[in-house]
Amino acid sequence: MMQSDFSWTRRTLPRSAVAVLALAGMPWAAVAAEVPDVFIGRLSNEVLDAVRKDPAIKAGDVRKIVTLVDRIILPHLDFKRMTAAAVGPGWRRATPEQQQRLQDEFKQLLVRTYAGALSEVSDLTIVVKPLRAAPGDKDVLVRTEVRGRGDPIQLDYRLSEKPGEDWKIYNINVMGVWLVETYRSQFGAEVNAKGIDGLIEALVARNKANAAEK
Amino acid sequence: MMNEHRWNGVRRTVAALALAVLGGCATGPNAHPQDPFEPYNRAMTHFNEGVDQVLLIPAATVYKEALPRPVRTGVSNFFANLGDLWSFVNNVLQARGQAAADSLARFGINTFIGIGGLFDVASEAGIERHKQDFGLTLAHWGMSSGPYLVLPLLGPSSLRDTASLPVDTWGDLAWHAHPVATRNSLYVLRFVDKRASLLGATAIRDAAALDPYTFTRDLYLDLRRQQAGQRDANDDGKLPEDD
Repeated sequence: MMQSDFSWTRRTLPRSAVAVLALAGMPWAAVAAEVPDVFIGRLSNEVLDAVRKDPAIKAGDVRKIVTLVDRIILPHLDFKRMTAAAVGPGWRRATPEQQQRLQDEFKQLLVRTYAGALSEVSDLTIVVKPLRAAPGDKDVLVRTEVRGRGDPIQLDYRLSEKPGEDWKIYNINVMGVWLVETYRSQFGAEVNAKGIDGLIEALVARNKANAAEK
Repeated sequence: MMNEHRWNGVRRTVAALALAVLGGCATGPNAHPQDPFEPYNRAMTHFNEGVDQVLLIPAATVYKEALPRPVRTGVSNFFANLGDLWSFVNNVLQARGQAAADSLARFGINTFIGIGGLFDVASEAGIERHKQDFGLTLAHWGMSSGPYLVLPLLGPSSLRDTASLPVDTWGDLAWHAHPVATRNSLYVLRFVDKRASLLGATAIRDAAALDPYTFTRDLYLDLRRQQAGQRDANDDGKLPEDD
């Protein structure tokens, strides 16, 4: 059982490092062909490695973590799709300008939250579970497990691939709860009470308060 | 003087709470179907947060700073091991053979080889934990969770989980500790240890949520559904294509 797991532990680190080096040397188009579970494993490992190597990040320097997330993870997120789904029916009624603001503020909120979670990280390994998808599937679920202190934590990703593009993550599941669905009810309450502009204001206020924390 | 201010807040909350209970149920278009007691729940959440700020967070912070990690891990392991025995009983009640066997094996191994449960040898050996409680046993046999309910000090719960609380309390080995002073010390230690381990998580929650109350409520109900294995088949996170 363990052997079929695609495990990114220290033991397999040299092998994955070779894989990353090999990928770096390839032409850009070839990277798009990477299978989604390998892609998630590589991404997870890149983040964990960066956290391990940088003492400032380990100490919880949120600004540094935000930079790290911006660099490594954001290029692989389909943020428009996530925001549209989280806002729900109100999204179509929003002006392009409102949509852009929603995206920017939601992005800031999530990056900050993720940075907070990462600063709690130490001695973690990510195990990517065997992919259950047919070859050629353009929308897949990649299951991973975070192992460290305490019980393992389920961390799953929903990804899709559009022609000519890389795999993009558009939904994330933590311990059985989907991120987009969770925010859909948070956002829905604001939109119902105060409209799209009310939601934007609430997001701005939340982000300001978060920035003032540290 | 900060504390006095907070206690005033707590006092005001108690008043608000009484009003909320008298005021009855939540209505209106935004009422969550599983949260008819929202006004009461919000008031109780406010009260709990007051206690948390004044008492629990300071205690948990001191605990975390005073004790090195291996000691705290030992404490967490010790209580988790007691939990494994109760999980065994509930896995039996739910006719989950493998999970029951694992739970019993975990309890045996960790109690005897892991020195009273201080070391989680069973996890090292790859025996999975299958956490259960009586609320999940009731869920297994078809009882729905009922309305969301925030309990004093204990926090998020549901009508079903609150009803099973006496049984879960009885099934908890710490409850049977003698004398009562020992039992109470165990309770306090477990409570503080738990809060300390959640310090990071609650900070993240507060940063992530627009409304921490509904955020916590939705997560609680979702997680309990998840633990009870009551998930929709199409709850796979798939979203419709955007245009």
